[in-house]
Amino acid sequence: MRRYIDFYLATMRISILEQIQYSVANYFYMIGMITEPVIYLVVWTTIARQQGGTTGGYTVGAFAAYYIIWTLVRNMNIVFTPFGWEWRIREGQLSMMLMRPIHPIHSDVAFFAGWKFVVILLWLPLAAILSWIFKPTFDIRWMEVIVFSLAIWGAYLIRTMLLSLLGMITFWTTRVSAIFELYFGFELILSGRLVPMTLMPVWIQNLSNYLPFKWTFFFPIEALVGNLTDVQLWSGFGMQLLWIATGIFLLNIIWNFAIKQYSAVGG
Amino acid sequence: MTPTISVSNLSKHYKVPERDGGMKAAVISLFNRKYRTVKAVDDVSFNIEAGEVVGFLGPNGAGKTTTLKVLSGLLHPTSGMVNVLGYEPTKRSHDYLRQVALVMGNRNQLSWDLPAIDSFELQRAIYSIPLNEFKKTRDDFIDLLELKDLVNKPIRNLSLGERMKMEIVGALLHRPKVLFLDEPTIGLDVTMQRRIRTFIKEYNQRWGATVLLTSHYMADVEALCKRVIVIHHGHTLFDGELNQLVTQFSSFKTLGVTLPDPEIDLSQYGEVLTRDGARVTLRVPKAKTSQVTANLLSDLQVDDLTVEDTPIDDVIDSVFTSTKEAK
Repeated sequence: MRRYIDFYLATMRISILEQIQYSVANYFYMIGMITEPVIYLVVWTTIARQQGGTTGGYTVGAFAAYYIIWTLVRNMNIVFTPFGWEWRIREGQLSMMLMRPIHPIHSDVAFFAGWKFVVILLWLPLAAILSWIFKPTFDIRWMEVIVFSLAIWGAYLIRTMLLSLLGMITFWTTRVSAIFELYFGFELILSGRLVPMTLMPVWIQNLSNYLPFKWTFFFPIEALVGNLTDVQLWSGFGMQLLWIATGIFLLNIIWNFAIKQYSAVGG
Repeated sequence: MTPTISVSNLSKHYKVPERDGGMKAAVISLFNRKYRTVKAVDDVSFNIEAGEVVGFLGPNGAGKTTTLKVLSGLLHPTSGMVNVLGYEPTKRSHDYLRQVALVMGNRNQLSWDLPAIDSFELQRAIYSIPLNEFKKTRDDFIDLLELKDLVNKPIRNLSLGERMKMEIVGALLHRPKVLFLDEPTIGLDVTMQRRIRTFIKEYNQRWGATVLLTSHYMADVEALCKRVIVIHHGHTLFDGELNQLVTQFSSFKTLGVTLPDPEIDLSQYGEVLTRDGARVTLRVPKAKTSQVTANLLSDLQVDDLTVEDTPIDDVIDSVFTSTKEAK
């Protein structure tokens, strides 16, 4: 355990140092990233105003709160992608990682976790500017803050497991971009990224309860800006833990098959 | 004594799709895909004892890198037995990975954007190297490779040779007992190649490490390896001492003759390979070397005469060429 803590701290340190090296580029990247939620925000606040100030239970201020927190959750959701796995195998980088006495997934989790600390720091002034412009309404309890603080990391881990599982496909074939795009399409609709899940048709909401996507996006945002009870907050976090455990379980099984397929083509 | 590396009847075959060129063949291949089995390594066996430095030679596509990848646990063999340090590499146990290193000349594992000194710290954590041991090894290696002024510069600002030296330091910080070196000097200038060779030799002597080295530069092999294994089309062609390779595969010697009269025709003594002013090099059958040498000295006024084995590059080239022709 001590070995892993040491490894995680060292990798996170390297990640933070790298992000600091490119802090300006990171900032522009984040600014570019807020374009998407700002578009959603403008559209939904316009609709809400036209409908007398509320749509699907969301006021103009509530929409603003949802999409401002969205920007942080989106950044927390950035993990090593299946495209990255494709590149890593093609370029032979995975061979070098496999020579280490530590699973490559640990490297990814630790590296991107380090990045998150930089992201959170960079996000704060952006959130302040967005709040100044869009005037969100927040009614936050301490329990919500606690669960949200845990849930954004839960979301990060679920998405890491999901995209790593998807990335495993590249052990069999390195031309799978179309499958990845299909996945991202489903995720967009079923996660709460496009619109809050409560605005979706009931059947989509029901379907999303049985899939991992909403626990990576809608739940963390809702934990902070929604009106969930303590039981709902903690049971939601419990669902995140369940999906993380499921992801680790599946990843272990598939990894054992995948690694036997590895042909180290890229180096 | 149990060998450090034991390879027995190792084969690694790949099934690769193939089709003719053109649109028609492309469409047909959608419905009727054809495969061909490529025998990258086929029934290769060898043992390597602790502390040996062995050159693994062969042309491109011979199966050298595939064998190294199987030995390091990256690839699962199609058949055969592989044992390194008492471990089965394919199981990829962490204890095993802590005792080996694979250095590939064209691959890097250090962070591109950071000074090597930061990446070394990550290596320490990966291999759980005790802090004092880590600092001592790191500083020793930095001294040996004269990297003191470079370790604080981002890797991206270093030259190819400097980067390679850093990569080698990073790869060996955990003091692996077995080193798999896949063309570690590729693309480097002569000075840098020599520096890296010296370092590998020093590492081998100091820590008693076992080294399996592939290189297309015969200077690497001559400087480091007493023993070589030659592989071609996945088969072992030769396994023995380097000088035996020359004896076995070269039936010629090279005579260097310097004459006062550069116009004299020496073709009756052997095949004239080069003529540079008064200096002529001749290729003569090994069995006739003494006779030709005696004839030259008795027939002509000779200022200087040398007798040398065929350069190892030429021997290797002739081995591969003859095998190709025989196929």
